[in-house]
Amino acid sequence: MSLYFTPEHEWIRVDGETATVGITDHAQGQLGDVVFVEVPESGKAISKGAEAAVVESVKAASDVYSPVSGEVLEGNQALVDDPSLVNTSPEGEGWFFTLRLTDPGELDTLMDEPAYRAYVEGL
Amino acid sequence: MNEISPIRPEAAVEATTFTGNRALMLEEPLIFEMGLEEGTGVDFSSVPANSNGSPRLGGLERNRPIDLPGLSEPQAVRHYTRLSRQNYGIDLGFFPLGSCTMKHNPRLNEKVARMPGFADVHPLQPVDTVQGALALIDLVGHWLVTLTGMHSVAMSPKAGAHGELCGLLAIRSALEARGDARQVVLVPESAHGTNPATAAFCGYRVENIPATDRGRVDTDALKARLGPDVAAVMITNPNTCGLFEPDMAVISEAVHGAGALVYCDGANFNAIVGRVRPGDLGIDAMHINLHKTFSTPHGGGGPGAGPVVFSEALTPFAPLPFVERQGDSFALVEEGTAGADHERTFGRMTAFHGQMGMFTRAAAYMLSHGADGLRQVSEDAVLNANYLLRQLEDVLDAPFAGSGPCMHEALFSDRGFIGGLSTLDLAKGLIDEGFHPMTMYFPLVVHGAMLVEPTETESKAALDQFIGALRSVAERAKAGDQSLKEAPIHAPRRRLDETLAARRPVLTYRAREVRQAAE
Amino acid sequence: MRYLPLSDADRGTMLSAIGAASIDDLFIDVPEAARLSTKIAGLPDHASELSVERQLGAMARRNIVAGDVPFFLGCGAYKHHIPASVDHLIQRGEFLTSYTPYQPEIAQGTLQGLFEFQTQVARLYGCDVANASMYDGSTACWEAIGMARRVTKRAKAILSSGLHPHYVEVCRTMARFTGDVLDSALLELGAETDFQRLLNAIDADTSCVVVQYPDILGRIGDLSELAARCHENKALLIAVVTEPVALGALRPPGEMGADIVVGEGQSLGVGLNFGGPYVGLFACSEKLVRQMPGRLCGETVDADGKRGFVLTLSTREQHIRREKATSNICTNSGLCALAWTIHMTLLGEQGLRTLAGINHDKACAAADRLAGLAGVDVVNDKFFNEFAVRLPKPSRPVVRAMADRGVLGGVSLGRLYPGATALENGLVVAVTETVTDEDIEALAGALQEALA
Repeated sequence: MSLYFTPEHEWIRVDGETATVGITDHAQGQLGDVVFVEVPESGKAISKGAEAAVVESVKAASDVYSPVSGEVLEGNQALVDDPSLVNTSPEGEGWFFTLRLTDPGELDTLMDEPAYRAYVEGL
Repeated sequence: MNEISPIRPEAAVEATTFTGNRALMLEEPLIFEMGLEEGTGVDFSSVPANSNGSPRLGGLERNRPIDLPGLSEPQAVRHYTRLSRQNYGIDLGFFPLGSCTMKHNPRLNEKVARMPGFADVHPLQPVDTVQGALALIDLVGHWLVTLTGMHSVAMSPKAGAHGELCGLLAIRSALEARGDARQVVLVPESAHGTNPATAAFCGYRVENIPATDRGRVDTDALKARLGPDVAAVMITNPNTCGLFEPDMAVISEAVHGAGALVYCDGANFNAIVGRVRPGDLGIDAMHINLHKTFSTPHGGGGPGAGPVVFSEALTPFAPLPFVERQGDSFALVEEGTAGADHERTFGRMTAFHGQMGMFTRAAAYMLSHGADGLRQVSEDAVLNANYLLRQLEDVLDAPFAGSGPCMHEALFSDRGFIGGLSTLDLAKGLIDEGFHPMTMYFPLVVHGAMLVEPTETESKAALDQFIGALRSVAERAKAGDQSLKEAPIHAPRRRLDETLAARRPVLTYRAREVRQAAE
Repeated sequence: MRYLPLSDADRGTMLSAIGAASIDDLFIDVPEAARLSTKIAGLPDHASELSVERQLGAMARRNIVAGDVPFFLGCGAYKHHIPASVDHLIQRGEFLTSYTPYQPEIAQGTLQGLFEFQTQVARLYGCDVANASMYDGSTACWEAIGMARRVTKRAKAILSSGLHPHYVEVCRTMARFTGDVLDSALLELGAETDFQRLLNAIDADTSCVVVQYPDILGRIGDLSELAARCHENKALLIAVVTEPVALGALRPPGEMGADIVVGEGQSLGVGLNFGGPYVGLFACSEKLVRQMPGRLCGETVDADGKRGFVLTLSTREQHIRREKATSNICTNSGLCALAWTIHMTLLGEQGLRTLAGINHDKACAAADRLAGLAGVDVVNDKFFNEFAVRLPKPSRPVVRAMADRGVLGGVSLGRLYPGATALENGLVVAVTETVTDEDIEALAGALQEALA
C-alpha cells in the first residue's frame, strides 16, 4: 500500500489496482468547517485532473480533482451524510471516493509523503 | 461542530428578566408561533358567494389548508416594528460598507415614487395614457447618457448584475453580427463575483488578469493576453480596491485594437460622477447601480436598478423595450413596434419596462442635486474616503495608501493583528461600538480586506467618531485582545452559527414537533 | 445642498489633514484628458425640494391612474388594495435603509422577515422551500429553466403556449446565448390549455416543461398528469404563477407535483408601479435546493444558544462560486419581499381565501355581463379572476377607444402578440376586489360603444 499527494492537496492511497482519494489535513484546515460534500457516482469514468467531487465550507467551495484516471468504485456515503468527517478525519473516515486505476503510470507524477510535507511547509 | 440539538424558542429567554426582553430590546417570535390561524388584519365589504367552490374553478379548488397565520393590524404593526428594531440602517448611523455605497436616502424620493401617477399605473396601459411615465424614464435616461458621455441607455435591467448581463449580451450580439465567435472574457482578479458569474451565464469562458502591486490592472499582462479569442474585458473603474484605473483609455484602445469590446462595471460611478465621463475613456457598455450612485434605498437587499449605457457601436443591439421620443410625445418600442432600425436588438430581458419605482427616486435625486451638486457629491465622497484613509493608515495596514490618494473608499488589511484575531473580529467589535462594519474580505486580492466607504452624506463629526472607534478596536486587535472574539455582546444577537445553518438547512418554519419527529 | 453635510470650512480642514492642496489633488489618477474642469453641460443646476416635487408631479399627472378609473388590466400585473400599514412599515428606516444582511447580528429584522416570507411562499405554492426572492416573475421563470438544466443535465425546455409572451421572450433571449432549446408554440384563442401538446412533446431529452397557472388567458388546468409524465421521463415540471391571489382559491402547483414553482408576487403588497420593481417568487422541492438560484435565509443559533437567522448555502452564489455560480443574481427584491410578507400576514389564511373568493365572484359577474353583449364571446369558462373574450374586431383599437371613454378595459392580445392575426380580436379582462358593480357596468357600456 502506498500513499501519494497532489499539489491541490488531495491524497491517494493505492492498494493494487484500487485507490482511495481524499483531501489532506492541510486542505481541511484551510477550508474550515465543512458543511457539504458531493461525491461521484460509482461506475463513472474520470480522467486525471478532472473535477470529481465538491467540498464546501460556509464561505468557500472547491472542486476535488482526481489525482489519476480511473473508474469510480464507490463514493463515501457516510461523508455525504456527515460532512464534518472531513474535518475530524480527513485522511481516514473522511475519504471521498475509491477508484479502479486505469493508468497506474500516472502515479509517478505525484508527490510522496515527505515531498508533500515539504511542499506544504513552503507555502 | 458537535451535537446538533433542536432549536428551542425558549432558549431565547434570558434569566435576567421574566420576558427575556431588556427594556427597548424586545424579543419577537415568528408569526407561526403566535397561534393565530384564524386571525386577520383585513376587512372586506362583501362576502364571497362561491366560498364553497365554484364550477368555474375547474374542479381545482384548494382542498387543504395553506397554514398561513394572520395578524390583526395592531399585532402586525407591532411585530414588524419590533423586527425593524433589530436592524441597522443608514437612518440609524454610519454604514461604511465598501462598494455598496450606503448613502442617505432622501425622503423626497419616497414621496415622489408614491405619487399615484407613477405608483398606480399598469405597464400595459395604452401608451397615450402613460405619457408622463414614459417622459420620466426618458428624463432619467437623458441624465445617465449625459453624465456618462455615452450614446444610449437601456433602462430595463433590474439590478446591477442584470445590467452586466445586458451589457455582455449586447457585446456578444455585436460580435456575432460580424460573424465573430470569440469565447473568452477577461476579468481582473479583483473583480466583483458577479463579473465572472455573468460572463459564464452568457456562455463565455472567464480568464483572470492579475493586478499590480499598486492595486491596478496589470496593463501589460492584459495587453499580452488580448487576441482573436477574446470577446471582451470587464473592468471596474474606479476599481474594487477603491482606486482609479489610470490606464483605462489605453486599455480601451488596446482592447478595440484587438477586435474586442470593453465592459465597465459602473458600481463605483458615484466616485467620479460629474468629474469624469466614462465615455471619454473609450468604454462600450457600463451599468449604473441607481441604488449606489443615485440614492435609491437598498431596502435590506433590493430592489435595485441597473440601467446600461452603450457606445454607438453597441446601441443597435440594445434590449427591448425602450422609450423613444417622437416629437412631443413618447413611444414605447416593443416587439411589435420595433422598426427596421431596431432589428438587431438582442431581445427582452424582463417582462416589463424596468424599475420605474427606482427611476422616480433617482430622478428626484438627480434634479435635487443638479449638474453642480452631483460634482460636489463625488468630491465629498472622495474627500471623506481620503480623510479616513489618512487618519487610519498609521494604525491599520493600508496596502495601497503609498501609491497616492484613493477614490471613494479606503482599503485596509488585517496585517499586524495578533492572537488569532482577524478582520471578522474587528468588524464584530465595531458592531458593539454602534457602527455597521465595513465590507470584509473583499476584494480578494488583499488579505483580510476591509473596504471602508463613507459616502458624501456623512459629516466630519460622524467620520471623527468612527475614526476614534476604529482606532480603538484596531489597537485591541493588534494587542491580541481576546475579548474581541466574543464580540458583539451588545447586539440583538451574538455571533451566529453559520456552520450549523449550512449543515442542516432549516429554510422554512416547521413546528417543533414535526421537526423532532423527522430527526 | 441639503443632502451634503460638509461645510467649506470642514472641506478645508480635511484637505489639510490629508495634505492635499485642493480637491483636484485627489483626482490625480484621472488622466488630464478625461478630467472635467467644470460641471457637465446640458443639465440643470440643483433645485429645491418644492421645485423637484412640482416638476415630477407635473409628469405624474400626465398619466391615467389605475385607481381613478374603472380598471381591468392584468396579464402579469394586478391591481389589488394594499393595506395602509404595509407601506408604513416598509418605510421604517431600519428596513428601508438597511443592506443585504451580511452582518446577521444587526440584521435579524430583515432576516426573520425573510424566513417568514420563505415559509409563506413555500406554503402558498405547496413546495418544501422558497428563496428570499428574485427580480420578478419573468426572470424567475428563466432562472427555473436554467436550474432544470443543471439538475437534469439536459437542455430542452418545453414551454406552454399559455405562458406569458413576455416571459417567453425573456427565455428566448437568454436561450440564444446559453444554447438551451425551447419548444414553444403560438397561443390559440380557445377554452382549452395546450397540455396535450406538452404531454406529447416530453421525451428523454426534456429538461423541463413550463406551464403557467392560471395561464395568460386565465385558463386553469390540472397539472398532475403533466407532473407524472415529466417524472417518468426524469424531467422537471415548472409551474409559473403570475397572480398569487389565485392560490387562495386554487390547488397549489406543488401539491399537483410541480418540482419548481416560480412567479410574480406583485399582487401582494407591491402595487403596479408601471412594471417595477416587482418581486419574483421561487420555490422548489427540498432535494433541489442546492441548485436553486438566489439568496436563502436559514435558521440557526447564536453563541448564547438563542435562535437567530443567517443567509446560508452561500456557496451557490456568485460572490463565492464566481463563474460556477447557480446565477449571477446579487441584489434581489428585498423590500418588495417584505411588503409581500406583511400583506400576507395581514391577510392570513382567512383573509387570503376571502380575497380570492371575492376576486373570483367579481370576475364571474363581469364575464356574465360581457357575455351578454352582442358580438362578444367569453373564451374560457374556467378561470380565477381573469378571462379572455373574443371581439368582433381587433381589440387594440377597442382598448384605445375605451380609454378615451375613461375605462381601462383590459389588455389586448394585439399588444401582447404583435403580428399574430389569429389573436388580434382577443381581449384579456382581469377583475379584482377593487372593481365595483358600477365599474363592470362602465366596462360593458364602454365596450359596447367602442364596438358600435
